[in-house]
Amino acid sequence: MLRSRRAEDVMAREFLEMRAKLLELAASLDRLDRGGGLPAHDVRVQRIRAALELLPEGRADRAERLQQIFSRPYDPNWRASFGLEP
Amino acid sequence: MYYFDPHIHMVSRTTDDYEALARMGCVAVSEPAFWAGFDRGSAESFRDYFRQLTSFEPQRAGQFGLQHFTWLCINAKEAENVDLSREVIRLIPEFLHQPNVLGIGEIGLNKNTRNEAIVFLEHLELAVRYDQPILIHTPHLEDKYQGTRMILDMLGSDRRLDRKRVLVDHVEEHTVREVLEQGYWAGMTLYPVSKCTPARAADIVEIYGPERLLVNSAGDWGPSKPTAVPDFILEMRRRGHAERLIRQIVYDNPLEFFRQSPGFRFTPPDMAEDQPAPAVA
Repeated sequence: MLRSRRAEDVMAREFLEMRAKLLELAASLDRLDRGGGLPAHDVRVQRIRAALELLPEGRADRAERLQQIFSRPYDPNWRASFGLEP
Repeated sequence: MYYFDPHIHMVSRTTDDYEALARMGCVAVSEPAFWAGFDRGSAESFRDYFRQLTSFEPQRAGQFGLQHFTWLCINAKEAENVDLSREVIRLIPEFLHQPNVLGIGEIGLNKNTRNEAIVFLEHLELAVRYDQPILIHTPHLEDKYQGTRMILDMLGSDRRLDRKRVLVDHVEEHTVREVLEQGYWAGMTLYPVSKCTPARAADIVEIYGPERLLVNSAGDWGPSKPTAVPDFILEMRRRGHAERLIRQIVYDNPLEFFRQSPGFRFTPPDMAEDQPAPAVA
């Protein structure tokens, strides 16, 4: 891992950008609600909720784990189901 | 800073974009064969496309002092048609001797289907038979993780492949580790919505280091920015990273990977001799 910038420096540069991104997300969620909302079983709603729950966690791999929330599962036996065994 | 764009679809871009790339310090582009935005109807359409990639585009790039390289294949979006794919794969060898051809690509998966996997494996056979490096497209969005793992399964089960001659492109936070740990090169694509941003690409460099990592714009006919690599350079500078580190990723690494291709002949800009200005088409 290369040298990382100090957290204070990162925040100084990115605070307004982070605030703006959160605001855009809040406004998008408001738009959904004003439009009548979506059922809780909608998989997109579930994924966004899971992503929001992940953000406050104090681990430095949020981006990777958020990507996994929005990914289809990998089946290691996919070749057998396709009839493409090596 | 001089740089390469190792993955950009210039046939979809205007001549003004070549000029913009040259102004930004780009010295060479590598253009993998790609989807045209619609499914082509016959192998002859691909023959014309390969002529465009091997004859016309190098001339167009040369007007601005850029060297143009290319990779040939039928892309994953059209690989659902296995019969057409086989016809296209059969005609590729007649173009492999062209002076700007680097290898087979961008092959890969799109929706991770059985037919796509069949055509991917047949492209691997072609690359092995003609001793060609390989450039690989990984799927987008929710299909990326699954598709990347499937691609790594297929690559890993072929012991004839030299992993140092394979570039797995469009990696993101959830796929880059596996690609690098298995010994392949990894490309990060700077794309407005569906792939990586310059800031996230810089994060990946900070986490994994610069070895076997490339950045590209994948500029094409969709919303994309052909000058995205300079955005990455600027982001790295703003973070205080050394010029030699940035140069390794945007210039030295592409050179090291491309040099493995029998067709790669590159004149570094600081070693080029005076040449008459190319005629403008």
